[in-house]
Amino acid sequence: MKKMLSKSLCAFAAACLLSAPSVWAENIKLGALLAVTGPASFLGGPEARTLEMLVEQVNAKGGINGKKIDLLVKDTAGNPEKAISLAKQLLEEDNVLTVLGPSSSGETMAVKKIFEDAKTPLISCAAAEVIVNPLASWIFKTPQNDSLAAIKIFMEMNKLGIEKIAVLVDNSGFGKAGKEQLQKIAPDYKIEIVEAEVYDAKATDLSAVVAKIKANAAVQGIINWSIVPAQSIVVKNIRQSGWQVPIFQSHGFGNIKYVEAAGVAAEGVIFPAGRLLMAGLLPDGHPQKALLVQYVKDYEGKYKETASTFGGHAYDAFIIFEKAVAAGGADKAKVREAIEGLKNLPGTGGIFNFSTTDHNGLALDAFEMMTVKDGKFVPYTGK
Amino acid sequence: MGKNLVFLPIVAAVIAIQLLTAWTDSVYYLTQLTMSAYYSLLIVGLCVLMGYAGQISLGHAGFFAIGGYISAALTTHNLIPFVDQLPVRLLTALGCLQGGLDIYGDPLLVVTPWVACMIAILTALIIAFLLGIPVLKLKGHYLAMATLGFGIIIYRIVLASEYFGEADGISGVPGFQLVPGLLVSGDKSWRVPNYYIAWTVLILAVVLLRHLINSRVGRALRAIHGSPEAADAMGVDTAKFKLQTFMLSAVFSALAGVLLTHYNGGIGPSEASVMKSVRYVAIVAVGGMANIWGALVMGMVLNFLSLRGFFGSYDDAVFGLILIGIMLFAPEGILSLQLGRLWRRIPLFRRKTPAVKEV
Amino acid sequence: MTTELFIQYLVAGITYGSIYAIVAIGFNIIYNTTGIINFAQGEFVMLGGMLSITFLQYLPLPPAIFLAVLVTMGIGALIEMLFIRWLQNPGILRMIIITIGVSILIREAALHVWGSDVRSLPYFFGNEISSIAISGARVSPQVLWVVGTCGLMVVALNIFFQATSIGREMRACAANRIAAVLCGIDTRNMVTLSFVLSAGIGALAGAVMSPITYTQYDIGTGLAIKGFTVAILGGLGNSLGAVAGGLLLGVIEAFSVSVVPLAFQDAIAIAILLVILFVRPHGLFGSSAMAGLKEF
Repeated sequence: MKKMLSKSLCAFAAACLLSAPSVWAENIKLGALLAVTGPASFLGGPEARTLEMLVEQVNAKGGINGKKIDLLVKDTAGNPEKAISLAKQLLEEDNVLTVLGPSSSGETMAVKKIFEDAKTPLISCAAAEVIVNPLASWIFKTPQNDSLAAIKIFMEMNKLGIEKIAVLVDNSGFGKAGKEQLQKIAPDYKIEIVEAEVYDAKATDLSAVVAKIKANAAVQGIINWSIVPAQSIVVKNIRQSGWQVPIFQSHGFGNIKYVEAAGVAAEGVIFPAGRLLMAGLLPDGHPQKALLVQYVKDYEGKYKETASTFGGHAYDAFIIFEKAVAAGGADKAKVREAIEGLKNLPGTGGIFNFSTTDHNGLALDAFEMMTVKDGKFVPYTGK
Repeated sequence: MGKNLVFLPIVAAVIAIQLLTAWTDSVYYLTQLTMSAYYSLLIVGLCVLMGYAGQISLGHAGFFAIGGYISAALTTHNLIPFVDQLPVRLLTALGCLQGGLDIYGDPLLVVTPWVACMIAILTALIIAFLLGIPVLKLKGHYLAMATLGFGIIIYRIVLASEYFGEADGISGVPGFQLVPGLLVSGDKSWRVPNYYIAWTVLILAVVLLRHLINSRVGRALRAIHGSPEAADAMGVDTAKFKLQTFMLSAVFSALAGVLLTHYNGGIGPSEASVMKSVRYVAIVAVGGMANIWGALVMGMVLNFLSLRGFFGSYDDAVFGLILIGIMLFAPEGILSLQLGRLWRRIPLFRRKTPAVKEV
Repeated sequence: MTTELFIQYLVAGITYGSIYAIVAIGFNIIYNTTGIINFAQGEFVMLGGMLSITFLQYLPLPPAIFLAVLVTMGIGALIEMLFIRWLQNPGILRMIIITIGVSILIREAALHVWGSDVRSLPYFFGNEISSIAISGARVSPQVLWVVGTCGLMVVALNIFFQATSIGREMRACAANRIAAVLCGIDTRNMVTLSFVLSAGIGALAGAVMSPITYTQYDIGTGLAIKGFTVAILGGLGNSLGAVAGGLLLGVIEAFSVSVVPLAFQDAIAIAILLVILFVRPHGLFGSSAMAGLKEF
């Protein structure tokens, strides 16, 4: 009995070994490093689900140039050390053509050199500008640059005559990158940051720090730059304290759950965002409209949850990969070149125009200013 | 020397695994084996502290982070803007600085890894000393709380300091040249030497710890775990031994942090998080507390599986299940399930043996 | 500092403090019967919030919370019966490691059941922006709910442990299990009861604080760490001490904002706590004799 078992096991193993290459040889291997669990799972979860849905759709249509895609999603749990280990696995063991992700900027920076050395394209879903500036040849990213969001906010502040502001950011990589850009760009728009504080991503209440900022009479407006749920607590605590100061948020506010969490306190919050949140409101001729409406419909139909801009970043990463492979073929160097050649590619985050010097490809027009009215995202039309 | 014969099978296994991976064309396993070895270095140190000195620590990720972060910060922060200032000129004259290029091709002037490593370990040692004096007077849950608090403070500091890269941590850490021709680096070409470096360090650490356990100090340590009052009455300075063990395990943790950071090329705040500390304690417990071999085996296996993403997004859940399973069915640690004893449970092989003492 | 700002900090400190205290009280109950720290306590808080939010889709608020508390109590009993009850003479560290494992399992299960989205119960009175003015400072009415619940719990628990025979039997289990058995106390049932009780208290806490703090699958860990800190600070096993410890920590945190950057708030608060612990190694209200006896 034992012998038979071991024999059949051997046979099974041999069969696996023999059959494996022949099944996979024709397919394109696409890796993904995403924080599906852990503290950044609100990013990695929608990203992973989006990729799985898109790969299924493309494979159902026959793949790219007749080749099916094998998607390998690795869960980093948001840990850089795990991202490093898993990145090496994807590169050396799975021989992937390209990797999408990671979800956070800390992880992306940790694996950057590994992908440069391995000469494999990495399309990050993290927003920090430092990922693509200074430029690294094999590293791309899909979320809009923080500096563009900061400029949008400051332009709006100039219109409203706000000159002295307080900046509140979360202690994630997103908040850190935002703080740096806001401090760098503020002088260009003659705006002075008089208060700056960093709050914990897991904060339970922030009324003390709100009281401190409120006590500074110079503050005319607030920028709350964050990607974590705690940003809703800030908004809530400000309004609770009876302070009617204008609140600006970053593009990290682009998840209707955050509005629901802040409830009526979120009314009137102004923030820049990609057009995913206003897909239905876009004019019919808009180049992004069709794909946005389709993505929202597919995602919400399949997963019974609201589509967010985070999943959109993975969507963009995937279509960039798809278009680049369609144009350049399944070769790492050619994919990289093809991405740099992509022009006028509509995605959920905006219209991508890559070049040898721009590995993000989005311009200021990727953002629309939006606000919250009656618990819904609507375009901001000014005061 | 004779009592160190026990290491022969381990050395043989380490070499055999390397040869096996070379033969089966799966050298890539060595990457995670190397990383796990560094985590195990921390775990065996913690094992002696917990199992033999009887002191729990929920803050050892803090010492790991002190090592990793200080080494990473010193070897990445560019001193070129300050090149004309006296301290930097002094350091250059002492040979503590080295030049280089970052990944964008810009020139760098940073502290050499050897100097950075020494500073990191010294810092960990001093902090362990200063912290150990008041903390080790505490008992039970109060000791757990104090060490947990230390871990939280370190986590908050690295997460809030611009110098330590806040949430992004520090990346672009260069390789660590131990001696000319031997580099701690995650680069593919250095994989096999690094595997041996990690295991050499780990085995040396275990040799040292076993020596400690079996020495006069060690017998005193065991006395502490049994009854500190009795040990004190016999003239054993328990406080001193506890402090020494605490400092030694802190140094092991810091060393693990330094080496793994250079191997990975970076470090992030997740390495300092409280959950990491809890994880280490749990691994020591499932290894059987006062059992270095158990700690070593569980440290290697659990870290290896986790780093390889073996359970995908169920990684934490499986870790939880393993903790519960071992604590329920093998409270003396995984190695207490000796094969010989299992044999004897089968009626045919049952011999008349004295009942195994349950603790 | 103006009086208004001072009071505002104080109010914020009380808000934090009452949240920490309400979590810490749950720790004390299991500790009082078994001598262990239940690391899954934070998960009871999370479950209370999550289940209330789920039931709210079908029920009005009060029965939804009531049901959530009941279900969490059931889960508490289940955990005890599955993992603790049948162990023979378990060591303290062994039980603690089991509770760590349980907490990880509950958290991961919650992630797969509810996803990673943030949720919250509606405010019991008013809404997100309503507030009550207290001499210039403003406080959300929900804070009063948390403070009130916290106070009620302390009173009820003190009566329970001091004046009822079951409560006294539970305390006897912690003091000396063998002696308790000899006195005819069914210690196993007492341990189960303590898990049920602390699960219920955790769940109630989770529901009451949910409008302020929000509920997410992984809030348990952070709250448990704060709750544990506060329980230790107040002296383990002492509910009134937990409230005092919670308020102290909360007020330190709130006022620290005025002198150090918020990002270092936790580090400063914990450092102060460590100093207190070094001076009084048994917490503010714990007895030094008890702290000396408790070992892992």
